[in-house]
Amino acid sequence: MSIFTRFIAAFAACVAFSASLASVAQAQGIDESVNQIFLASTGWFVNFIFAPFPGTGFPWIVAWLVIAASVFTLYFGFIQFRVWRHSIQLVSGKYSDPNDAGEVSHFQALATALSGTVGLGNIAGVAVAVTIGGAGATFWMILAGLLGMASKFTECTLGVKYRNEYPDGTVSGGPMYYITKGFAERGLPGGKFLAVLFAVFCVLGSLGGGNMFQSNQAHQQLTGVLGQYPGWITGVIFAAIVFAVIIGGLKSIAQVTERVVPLMGVIYVGTALIILLMNYDMIGWAFGQIFAGAFTGNGIAGGMIGALIQGFRRAAFSNEAGVGSAAIAHSAVRTKEPITEGFVSLLEPFIDTVVICTMTALVIIITGQLTTDAATGLYVLGENGQIVTATGATGVGLTSAAFGAALPWFPYVLVVAVLLFAFSTMISWSYYGLKAWTYLFGEGRKQEITFKVMFCVFVVIGAAASLDPVIDFSDAAIFAMAVVNIVGLYCLMPVVKRELNSYLERLESGAIKRFK
Amino acid sequence: MPGKILVAVDGSDAGERALAFAHARARQDGGSLMLVHVLEWSPYTFLTKEELEERHARRKQELARAEAAIIAPLAAKYQGQGVGIETAIKYGHVTETICEVAAEIGATEIVTGRTGNSGVMSRVFGSVAGTLAQIAPVPCTIVP
Repeated sequence: MSIFTRFIAAFAACVAFSASLASVAQAQGIDESVNQIFLASTGWFVNFIFAPFPGTGFPWIVAWLVIAASVFTLYFGFIQFRVWRHSIQLVSGKYSDPNDAGEVSHFQALATALSGTVGLGNIAGVAVAVTIGGAGATFWMILAGLLGMASKFTECTLGVKYRNEYPDGTVSGGPMYYITKGFAERGLPGGKFLAVLFAVFCVLGSLGGGNMFQSNQAHQQLTGVLGQYPGWITGVIFAAIVFAVIIGGLKSIAQVTERVVPLMGVIYVGTALIILLMNYDMIGWAFGQIFAGAFTGNGIAGGMIGALIQGFRRAAFSNEAGVGSAAIAHSAVRTKEPITEGFVSLLEPFIDTVVICTMTALVIIITGQLTTDAATGLYVLGENGQIVTATGATGVGLTSAAFGAALPWFPYVLVVAVLLFAFSTMISWSYYGLKAWTYLFGEGRKQEITFKVMFCVFVVIGAAASLDPVIDFSDAAIFAMAVVNIVGLYCLMPVVKRELNSYLERLESGAIKRFK
Repeated sequence: MPGKILVAVDGSDAGERALAFAHARARQDGGSLMLVHVLEWSPYTFLTKEELEERHARRKQELARAEAAIIAPLAAKYQGQGVGIETAIKYGHVTETICEVAAEIGATEIVTGRTGNSGVMSRVFGSVAGTLAQIAPVPCTIVP
């Protein structure tokens, strides 16, 4: 059977599935029924992951991530501030052996990993953070980004060190591999169990934050420009394109996306900078809002703690530090020193969160999207406890409104950017999910197709469901990965420390050669 | 002056003519040849996750293919005629890499062919021979 007929046949199966959803829906409309089924089946999971410490409103999972990032920061002696200069030298190729030319370079590894993380988290996630947590959430987001650099460093070093290499030259790596092999090497029990648990959560995360959240926000953005229409239409179109790439083997689409996405990122940051320059007199005020809000909350629900929770939560969702996904992406890189991959990867949370997320937040704050009470200077809260925005928009719509307030044509560019970001993130996560899936069920064509078809179905579900249950489930699935991954990182961090000390000694003594 | 002549080859007839020319020169002067083939490559391009994963295997294939299709037949043709022949396959920017290798091995001359594209094509894309003539660190001969 040719690729084309197979493609048509499998796509017809997906359409048939969507149609069966429609028959379930009957009178109440597809979107609504998808929503109900979704909420009913994921509610318990979300409640568990975001359960607060008894008697407080502080979710244990947020504390878990912050403590881990702080522990790694201290254990490696503020690694993010010690080696960033060397990281940049590595990325620019100053330590690359010319005889290894033709292998994946540090730059390429960083760019590919970034295209998986830079996306809607930076545009929509930040908007969510500031509408619930106020300007102050930005402060905690930046702090989380800086601390997250240490988590990323740890996991990516391990990802390369303990990857599996196959005779055909391909590699598979990531938390499931370093947890199994690393635990066995150190004589620790439970490695296999944790690895399987991680793989299960990784599959859920790839369907949630890596898929449904993306198609959901892409749909929201499209309706903002084209007017209201049912979500499943966007879902089916998106699913068809994703299907064409991951099952139909249309690699050219993925390659084009991979080249256009960095350009979109540059346009986005460039435009944000222009808006900031247009309002340069307000930048000081905006940072004032951020610092003041960070410790007082400026009237948001939950005060300082509310701002902190939102900041940390959205930062983790955006840069994925400690989640383990980046370890999967980086492990494909061939390098003699696993630690250099860690050095390079720690730039990701910096670029993703400290630079890009902060830009989004500043634009939202400076263009006055968050309404404040003129008399008290506190935020005006709506019935749902969220800050009332100038246009009533939330999520990616808020970011769009903020950019549009300064540059009226930009929302159109943003639509294209959001669609591309959503798409590239989906493709990235389909890869992470697939790696976890094949870890669980074995490598093989049948297993791969099963996962990929399921992935496409979730694209439709994500676009049809309303925002809140999707965001909650997306977060919950991705944070569940972090629960397992960080246990693994704690157990294996002495291995990273050994690598680090040995490398830094050799760098000092000149045994690590600089080529340019 | 006997020395090492670097011959840039790309599998085209032009490359073959350059090699024939350089070989005659080397035999006359008692020099030797270094055949260099460069695979165009930039470490600053963007790859998909699958490309990242397959890169190492692909590189091996590319090197093997270049060796079998381009370098080995040319080297075999001139082997045993009294001129020493070395070969190298490199990754990188074509002209820059050729100049780097020339400097590294202490070549006394670079010999290259030319494709003969004129007008718009070479204006837009540039030409290897033209650029080499501009930036070569040693005398450069372009064989038509």
